[in-house]
Amino acid sequence: MSDTCVSIVIGGEAGQGLVTVGDFLAKALVRAGYEIVVTQDYMSRIRGGHNTYAIRVSHEAIHGPRESIDLLVALNAETVALHRPQLTPRALVLADETIDRLGHPGLSIPFKTLCPKPMFENVAALGVLAQLLCLERSWLEGLIRSEFAKKGDEVLRQNLDVFAAAQGWAAGQNATFSCMAPPVRTEKRLFMNGNEAIAFGALAAGANFCSYYPMTPATSVAATFVAKGTKMGMLIEQAEDEIAAINMALGASYAGARVVVPTSGGGFALMVEGVSLAGMTETPVVVVLAQRPGPATGLPTRTEQGDLNMVLYAGHGDFPRAVFTPGTPEQCFELTYRAVDQTEKWQSPVFVLTDQFLADSYRAVVPFDLDSLPAVSAPGLTCEDPAGYKRYALTPSGVSPRLVPGFGEHLVVLDSDEHTEDGHITEDLAVRVQMVDKRMRKLEGLVADVVPPTFTGDESPSTLLVCWGSAVGAALEAAQDLRAAGKSAAVLHFGQVYPLNPEQFLPILERAGRAVMVEGNHSCQLARLIRQESGYHFKDTVTRYDGLPLTARYILDRL
Amino acid sequence: MIPLEQYGEFETAWCPGCGNHAILKAVKKALSALDLPPHKVLFASGIGQAAKAPHYLRCNAFNGLHGRSLPPAQGIALSNTELTVFAESGDGCSYGEGGNHFLAALRRNVTMTYLVHDNQIYGLTKGQASPTTAQGQKTKFQPDGAPSMPFNPVAVAVTMNAPFVARAFAGDIEHLAEIIVQAARHPGFALVDILQPCVSFNKVNTYAWYRERCQKLEADYDPTDWGAAMRKAQEFGERIPIGVIYKGERVPFESRLNPAVRRPLATSRADMGQLKSILEEYV
Repeated sequence: MSDTCVSIVIGGEAGQGLVTVGDFLAKALVRAGYEIVVTQDYMSRIRGGHNTYAIRVSHEAIHGPRESIDLLVALNAETVALHRPQLTPRALVLADETIDRLGHPGLSIPFKTLCPKPMFENVAALGVLAQLLCLERSWLEGLIRSEFAKKGDEVLRQNLDVFAAAQGWAAGQNATFSCMAPPVRTEKRLFMNGNEAIAFGALAAGANFCSYYPMTPATSVAATFVAKGTKMGMLIEQAEDEIAAINMALGASYAGARVVVPTSGGGFALMVEGVSLAGMTETPVVVVLAQRPGPATGLPTRTEQGDLNMVLYAGHGDFPRAVFTPGTPEQCFELTYRAVDQTEKWQSPVFVLTDQFLADSYRAVVPFDLDSLPAVSAPGLTCEDPAGYKRYALTPSGVSPRLVPGFGEHLVVLDSDEHTEDGHITEDLAVRVQMVDKRMRKLEGLVADVVPPTFTGDESPSTLLVCWGSAVGAALEAAQDLRAAGKSAAVLHFGQVYPLNPEQFLPILERAGRAVMVEGNHSCQLARLIRQESGYHFKDTVTRYDGLPLTARYILDRL
Repeated sequence: MIPLEQYGEFETAWCPGCGNHAILKAVKKALSALDLPPHKVLFASGIGQAAKAPHYLRCNAFNGLHGRSLPPAQGIALSNTELTVFAESGDGCSYGEGGNHFLAALRRNVTMTYLVHDNQIYGLTKGQASPTTAQGQKTKFQPDGAPSMPFNPVAVAVTMNAPFVARAFAGDIEHLAEIIVQAARHPGFALVDILQPCVSFNKVNTYAWYRERCQKLEADYDPTDWGAAMRKAQEFGERIPIGVIYKGERVPFESRLNPAVRRPLATSRADMGQLKSILEEYV
């Protein structure tokens, strides 16, 4: 597999434009038909520090990141020193001619000669990489054309010249690097990360209100809404704090908007009171929580899967909820779409739990099939008997008829206190019991709607890797490696972790030789939840909580 | 005019003699004068005795969390501009727990009316100092006197050039109702800070205390004069001016929204054609 797979890492200080170089190359590779997994590692600062943009590229399907480096693009000397241990035997170091490659084979690129201005360095780097990877020139020129056409003929010509000069220069060097196998795919794919896919899943489902308070790594969900959602008619407001963000969204939802609130763990901590209000008032809201390591401010720009417990138990009192945990950008789209439908259908808060790795990880994404999406549940605007309308009417499913205020003579009354069927405060304890039972009856419906976990691999594997969220890529690759070594292996991935339907997974767990829970947190939060909900006890676990994403190597080393 | 009975008659959980009863009467009178049928009216409230007011009124109501009446009120007002939106709560809820939301609402300037029942004490939790309790005033929980300086919501609102800032007194229902009518008609964010005795826990700011001090603004007072309004906003002692302290003009938040936002949001659906063309940019 490694023969067909190349790991490219671009490293340097924040502010040196490494993301621009990385995005450019990654997008070019996707356009060319390759598969990619991008891992962005950055520090919590605006300039300086050490950041990397890693692209793992292959002509066939790949799922997770890898530690090894075949091509290291060093924008500063520190990058060479820091990443030496990860260089493979065939690795090349590409750096400006002023940077010492510390004896490693590679190319010292005369950026100053190749580029009329430093702003062209990304295109020059692209030219060098294109030569080393034997990428067809037309793929990359096409990308340069579409990126720069809007800036005018002169800018476009300069960029094409720099690209050609850099590629020509690299061709004249005697650097040897194996060419990439030609890509298998020919149909178009999208160049997109997890957070963008979440934003588009929400927009496709008709989400039209977003209130947020910026917090890494959730910010790019809001940024995508700002850039693209407004064109779709979405109303977006940066609230004064997270408390306002969720309460404002609940007001909008009550008034008939479809709402999404993106945040991260620390921001979500402030929203918990609002989640409880959503539970009591049965007001739909989708909270997108992009996890980063905690507690408190933790590691602001790194990754972890440590907030499952918080999302499961956020809010005081009992009320139903659903938690989706997509593993890929495609699932980010699908499950966020579903989250919007589920919150509207069951009138309970729904969470989309992702993490920094997935949020910032670009992939070649199969275009979404917008034409065959199922209809999204919606509240009514009017009713036949406005005088008899009761927002919290007791029903067998627990779901009461939800109407939007202002469209007819009916009145919609919501209360955070326990309330009667018509929404008014009550201290009648019999009504209290009826209302708790009504709300909790919805959990049966949520269980019936649960998205089953995805099983991939040998039917009765000697090793079954169980995971949720973004851990799926590393688990799939680890299972592939196990099979390549002659062992039977499979992966069970939970795209929804609450509620759980044990019938969907217990038989799979029981027929595995060894079931290993793989999670990006210290306490194995999903393993505990599964034990609580089904009685199944995971004896083996692999956990990671150093801020970096799970990889196949990491898992295999600990099996 | 809509008959007052349309807004309902309910049994309340308020103490006999509480200023809340008078404020509720004034609200009903104002709604009737504004010719607003109950289904076109929305009251958001927080927590506390004042926050129960929307339950004693036939209208749409969002009775949310302590200190949080403003965020949902603004979310509702922005989602559907055809509803006339009020937020109503007490001084602790509005200026204590909800202080940040108050400041942000003044900046945001969404068209809505904020009715604050200001009795200078916490009632529901039995007598603690509130953000508007006078410094040094003794309470059951601050036996040595409230240590902090009181918050002046009217002066803060004028400072922020809020389009409509008024102070009223629950003891004058006609005057209060008239101010609420003006507030609801004014574009942008309107604050009506309503002085109100707490008969159970505030033994200082009684009906008699307020009656002695509250004085309606003179007929020749010009509420559009910001400097004069700032001076009036500072007066709170032996003489407390009541009436419309400041009337300004600021473009309401909703008028600044991108015109692509299609409201009411309840009737807006995803435009898949638009989405397809946006996704083409990601190829």
